[in-house]
Parts: sequence; C-alpha cells; structure tokens
Amino acid sequence: MAHDMTADAAHAHDEHHESPVVFGFWLYLMTDCIIFGTLFAVFSVLRTQFAGGPTGKDVFELGGVGIETAILLLSSITYGFGMICAHQNKVGALRGWLGITFLLGLGFLFMEIREFSHMVAEGNGPDRSAFLSAFFTLVGTHGLHVTCGLLWMAVLIVQTGGQTVLSERMTNKLTCLSLFWHFLDIVWICVFTFVYLMSVI
Amino acid sequence: MLGKLSWSDIPIDVPILVGTFAGAAIAGLAVLGLITYYGKWGYLWKEWFTSVDHKRLGVMYIVLALVALFRGFADAIMMRSQLALAYAGNPGYLPPHHYDQIFSAHGTIMIFFMAMAFMTGLMNVIVPLQIGARDVAFPFLNSLSFWMTTISFVLINVSLFIGEFSQCGWLAYPPLSEQQFSPGVGVDYYIWAVQLSGVGTLLTGVNFFTTIVKMRAPGMTFMKMPVFTWTIFCTSVLIMLSFPILTVALGLLGLDRYLGMHFFTNDGGGNQMLYLSVIWGWGHPEVYILVLPAFGAFSEITQTFSRKPLFGYNTMVYATCSIMVLSMVVWLHHFFTMGAGANVNTFFGIMTMIIAIPTGVKIFNWLFTMYKGRVEFHATMYWVIGFMITFTIGGMTGVMLAIPAADFVLHNSLFVIAHFHNVIIGGVYFGYVAAMNFWFPKAFGFKLNEAWGKRAFWLWFVGFYFAFMPLYVLGFEGMTRRMNHYDNPEWYPWLLVAEAGAVMIALGIVCQLTQLYVSIRDRNLAENRDLTGDPWNARTLEWSTSSPPPFYNFAVVPAVHDLDAFAHDKEAGIDTRAAGSNYQPIHMPKNTAAGFFVGMFSLILGFAAVWWIWWLAAVGLIGVIATVIARSSNNDVDYYVPASEVARIENEHTRNLLAAQAAE
Repeated sequence: MAHDMTADAAHAHDEHHESPVVFGFWLYLMTDCIIFGTLFAVFSVLRTQFAGGPTGKDVFELGGVGIETAILLLSSITYGFGMICAHQNKVGALRGWLGITFLLGLGFLFMEIREFSHMVAEGNGPDRSAFLSAFFTLVGTHGLHVTCGLLWMAVLIVQTGGQTVLSERMTNKLTCLSLFWHFLDIVWICVFTFVYLMSVI
Repeated sequence: MLGKLSWSDIPIDVPILVGTFAGAAIAGLAVLGLITYYGKWGYLWKEWFTSVDHKRLGVMYIVLALVALFRGFADAIMMRSQLALAYAGNPGYLPPHHYDQIFSAHGTIMIFFMAMAFMTGLMNVIVPLQIGARDVAFPFLNSLSFWMTTISFVLINVSLFIGEFSQCGWLAYPPLSEQQFSPGVGVDYYIWAVQLSGVGTLLTGVNFFTTIVKMRAPGMTFMKMPVFTWTIFCTSVLIMLSFPILTVALGLLGLDRYLGMHFFTNDGGGNQMLYLSVIWGWGHPEVYILVLPAFGAFSEITQTFSRKPLFGYNTMVYATCSIMVLSMVVWLHHFFTMGAGANVNTFFGIMTMIIAIPTGVKIFNWLFTMYKGRVEFHATMYWVIGFMITFTIGGMTGVMLAIPAADFVLHNSLFVIAHFHNVIIGGVYFGYVAAMNFWFPKAFGFKLNEAWGKRAFWLWFVGFYFAFMPLYVLGFEGMTRRMNHYDNPEWYPWLLVAEAGAVMIALGIVCQLTQLYVSIRDRNLAENRDLTGDPWNARTLEWSTSSPPPFYNFAVVPAVHDLDAFAHDKEAGIDTRAAGSNYQPIHMPKNTAAGFFVGMFSLILGFAAVWWIWWLAAVGLIGVIATVIARSSNNDVDYYVPASEVARIENEHTRNLLAAQAAE
C-alpha cells in the first residue's frame, strides 16, 4: 500500500510537471542579451572612429527614429493586450491583436530599412568607417531579431487559426514570443539612448 | 552559379591531401558498405540518428569526439614530424602554406570538436541519470545540438579536399584573418564551422541548466547534488555567458570579410585589439567550460575507488563556483603585451593567480579523499593520479605566466604551448578518458578492458612528458610558436625528444582503440558483463538503474534523502528502484528527424556561404526555417509507455540482479 502511495504521488508529480519551456526560453533571452551587450561594448569602443567620414550628428535623423521608437513601444502594448485575451481563451481577439502587433512591427522594420538604404545611398554604408560598421551591426542585429519575431508571430497567427481553446503548448509559445517581443523593446530603448541620442548631443 | 568555387580549388597537386582523401574515401566507403551489407540503415536511422534519448546522443557525441581526436592528433604528429625534420638546410615536408593550415585545424578541431564534443557527450550520458530524471528538459533541442556540432565537424573536414582551411591559428586573429591578408576561403570555413557548432553548444548550455534546475528528483536539494552535476551546472552557466561573445566576435570578423566592414581592419578605424578582447572574453571561460566537468568526473571516481565519501563536498562546490566566477575576469592575461598599462595588467595577473586557490582546494580534497581510503588501483584511478601530478605542474606554469613581467618574456613562445597542453591534456583529456572508463559500463552494460586501459595510460602519461616538457625548455630558449623552420642547433635535440613523445602518445591512442576492440569482443564474458548496474559499488543515482539503463531511465523516480543518494539507500537497505511496485505509464518524447534535417540544411548553408554560392545558401536557410516551422506545427511529439511494458523491462532487470547475486 505504501508503495502504491509513493508511486501515485510520483505519477501525479510527473503529470503536473510545470513545463520548463518558458524558463528555458528566458535563459536563451539572457544569452541574447549578452550578444547585444557585447555589440554595445563594441559600439562604445568604435563610436568615435569616423575615419574621416560622417559622425552620428551628420547621418542620424532623430525625428524618424522617434517615430520608430513610438511604433515599437506601441506594439509591445498591443502584444500585451493579445496575451490578456490569450489567458481568457479569446482566440479571435488574440489573433486580432497579434495581427495589429505584426503590422506595427512591419512598420518599424520598413522605417529602419528606409533609414539604412538612405544612408547607404549617400555613401555612408557600413563599409565607410568603423563607427558606421558598429552602428549598422548593432541596429541591424536588432532589426534581424524583429524580423525573426515577425516570422514567428505569423506562424503563431496561422497555428492559432480555428482553435477555440489554447493548448498549454500554444500558451507557452505565445508567452515565449511575448518575452522576446518585450525584450526587443528594452534593447531598442538602449539603442535609442546610447546610439542615437548620445551620438547627437 | 558556383560562386568562388572552381576546379582549381580541389588540391589534386598536394600528394598528402590526395593520399588522405583516398584513405578517407576508402574507409568511408567501407563503413557505408558494411552498414548496407548488414542492413543496418533503418536501425541507425530509427534508433540513433532520429533519437532524442540523451544516452544515445551522448554516445554519438563521444564517437564524434574520438573521430575528431583522430583527425586532430594526425595534425599534431604531422607538425611534430615537420619540426623534427625542418632544421637548418632541410625544409621539411610541409610547406608553410600547408603547415599553417595544419596548426590552425589542430587547435580548432581539438577544442571545438574533440574536447567540447567529449564533454557534451559525458554530460548527456550522465547528468539526467545522476539527478534521477527521465530525459533532459528539451530532448529535441538536444538532438538539434548534436547535429549542429556534427555538421560543423563535417564542414571543417570538407575544407581538406575542397579549397583550404584557415592559416591564422585557432583563434584567427585579425588583421591576418581579414580579406586583405587572407583572401582565400580558409578563414570562412573556420568562421562558419565554429559559428554553427556554437549554436549547438549554446542550446546545450540552456538545456542542461534547465534540466538541472527543474528536473532533479524529489529531495535532491542543490547541496545534495552530485559533484559532477554541480560542475555541469557551472559549465552550463559559463556556456550561456561566454558563447554569445564568441558568436559576436566571429560574426564581426565575418562582416569585415563579407561586407567590407571595418571592425578589425587596419584601415577605416578598425581595432584589432578589440577582437582579442572579445574573443578571449569567450576563450578564457572556455577552458573552464572544458575542465570543470573533468574535475567533476575526478571527484566521482576518486570517492568511488577510495571507498569513502568525497572529502570536503561543500568546499568542492564552493571551489567550483568560485572558479566559475573568476574565469570571467581573467581574459586579459592572454594579451598582457597589448600595453594596457601596469594597473590593468596587475589586476588581471592577480585575478589569474587567485584561481589557483580554489583549484588547489580541489587537489587537496581529492588527496584527502584518498588519504586513509581503501584505494583500488583500477585503470580509471591511474588517469586520476596521473592528472593530479600533471595538472599541478601545468597549474604552476600557469601562475608563472600570470606574472605580467614573466609573460612579456614568454608570450607567444613554446612555453605557452607547453603550459596549455599541460593543463588541457593533463586535466581535460585525462579527465574525459577517466570518465569514459568509469561510466562506460553504465552506457553499454559491460566494462572496458583494464590491462589495455593501463597500457594506454602509461603511454599517454610518459608520452606527454616527453612531448611537452621539452617545449618548456624551448620556450625559455626563445623558440616562438607556429614556426615552420629553424636553424638554431640548440633546439634540434629537444624537438627530437618531443617527436618521440608524440609517437608514444600515438601508441597510447592505439592502445585505447585496442581497449575498445578487446572490450567489445569480450563483452559477454561473465567478469565483464555488468548485470547489477552498479559494477564499482558507486555512490550516485546513475548506478541504481540497470546498465544500460532502460530508455526511460527510472521506472519510479527515486526519492533522495541524502548526498550520494544511492550510497545512502544501500546502507539503509532501501531499494532505490522500488522494484515490483505498481508501475505507472511513463510520459516520453517521440523520436524526430527534425534535428537531423536542420543540421543538414545548416551544412548546405555553411558550405554555400563559404563559397559565396548565394542561391544555395538561400536554399539552406529556407530549409532550416521550414523544418523548424514544421516541427513547431507538429503536435504529435510525445507518448506514454504503458505500465505493462515498464513492468516487463523492470522484471527482467530484477531477474538479472538475482542471477548476479546467485553467481556470487
């Protein structure tokens, strides 16, 4: 009898094992954070290496960057609304919010690509100077992350289609992307401050 | 259409490479032919290539490590032979162009594909068993990690026969590694191979950290965790902290080479010392990533074969954690000569010396574990004792190098080479071989032959001293590393001694292969078979299940009451297995080919990117993304093992146990 009890207890424990997915993803995000940290360090070393080329003051247009920032921050809020719907199992509303977030992310990306192509067209591409190499790489890495996030979001919008109740696996995926999306927001705030603002003042 | 690739990139004019290619092709075809002849493709695919079982992945990692050891050692003995010949008028048999590729490949392969793969293999086989878990936290990612590592090793070997490998040393310092000075594809092979394997390693770090934090058996608090698990825990932390830095370092070098950026170039405001700082920000923790698990293995082996609990478990844990922290703040000692100034150099010199303290604590812990223990001189213990002697010498020369003033004299000399081989062979390699001898019966159900194990040890041990002690002398005599030719008569005899040492080590490797062969041949002899699952009367949970363990590891998740849970249960007369209890269905992950396919598409991506074949690179990238999405959309990823099946497997093991007891 005693044996049965322990076996049952172990089984029950096994059944309600909290999924390690979110914890593992959070760890992954911390490693991503180190990637960005290293890129920020590289940028800070090279930020005055203009090699006779333009400085930050010459090439950055804060107005556009301000709008980009606003769009990205807003997309974090809309994703948050989506997650509230997810926890209430309102799948239709969730997909709606994800769609809005996706469009905002796309808008951010569009503005960033436009900024980059302007700079390259004026001869201020990443091969111009170490400062511009560091700038394009840091900001571009963030943009690449946003692109991956958008791809992921599109996949989740498709995968949640036709569902009425979200499975635990799906909720975990949504939570992970949520962490990812907010994380990119935090990184962007650092980019905005340390790269754009501090280069212009 | 084919980017930079053309027929002239196939080195048919280099006889050594043509011979190597012929040999590799014949051996490869023989293996493929044998698999086909015995009809084992289906078995390999279903049971191994698509497996998500941590034990099988661990075994495959170690097989990969042994293949890499073979390749890396072939490079090593070629270098030693070159230097034994290339004196005065004799140019030797390796032209500089080829020699430089060999020393770059040797270092890269030994660290990333021998040592890292061996370490990951060991942690895969042992950690889930040691903490009483049924698998790792993310079994699919585990399979993915393995395939990323494997295809990277394939990519690095492709460079032998298509194009060339890097000639810039194992860390590819710029500006030499920039497009300006290395216009070939060698550095690109290096970058892509290391980057792709880095993905695998990073995921392994996340995976094992999560596994250890979230999946320990009930009752196993952190301070009841076996020391080996502790070291893997710290190694996982170091992997997560440092591998992203490597990704950035090589990523930026790649951007310089592919997009003409100016991070580390001579012109455009680039800064080479920035590369050194970043790459060693990874590189120094990396050596602790490798050696901490070896320390863990030594701890388990010493206590088992001294028939005593480990002396100073707590201090061992604290020492491991201190080393973990300190290893992150010493990287600058790799380039004291940069000219950072006396204050900076002093700080990093002192931090480096401080690491000797926790390491010394560990050495004393092992010695005190043996003191008044009933030490059994098993082949495994030979490696442990050989390690303690060799590693102590290597540690002391490390403290010498930590003195900036001494480093200014010894920097870039063979003294440095002697030092890090002293700690990596004497610490890491001896540790992994000891671990392999120790845990082999757990993975396969039979022991490794001891006589051949001891022969291998003596040849490695003596061979090591012959091969590397002369290098200390040569360093003092001013011989720099990576030299292809010399005409100093004082160096010549020492290099001959080193060559003799390399030959002894070669014989040691032959003994290890013979040991494997003899053990597999004699696996069914009663004295070799491990029916009990506990051949060494060991102390930790992995020995409480059968050898090899059932795929679900534990029919009933063990309850942990004390440090060294299995030893406690044996003394208290508790059946850790809870044999004959009312078994429950077990939740297990299903095998998947997704990891294999992501690996293969990554190989295509890497190869295409090396040769600037952009359409093919796009194919590889889209393949990776498509496979990941398909995997994410698949909801049929797990299943339940019926209780009756569990009962059948467990009852069979109980019968084996009873038979073993009857035989005694």
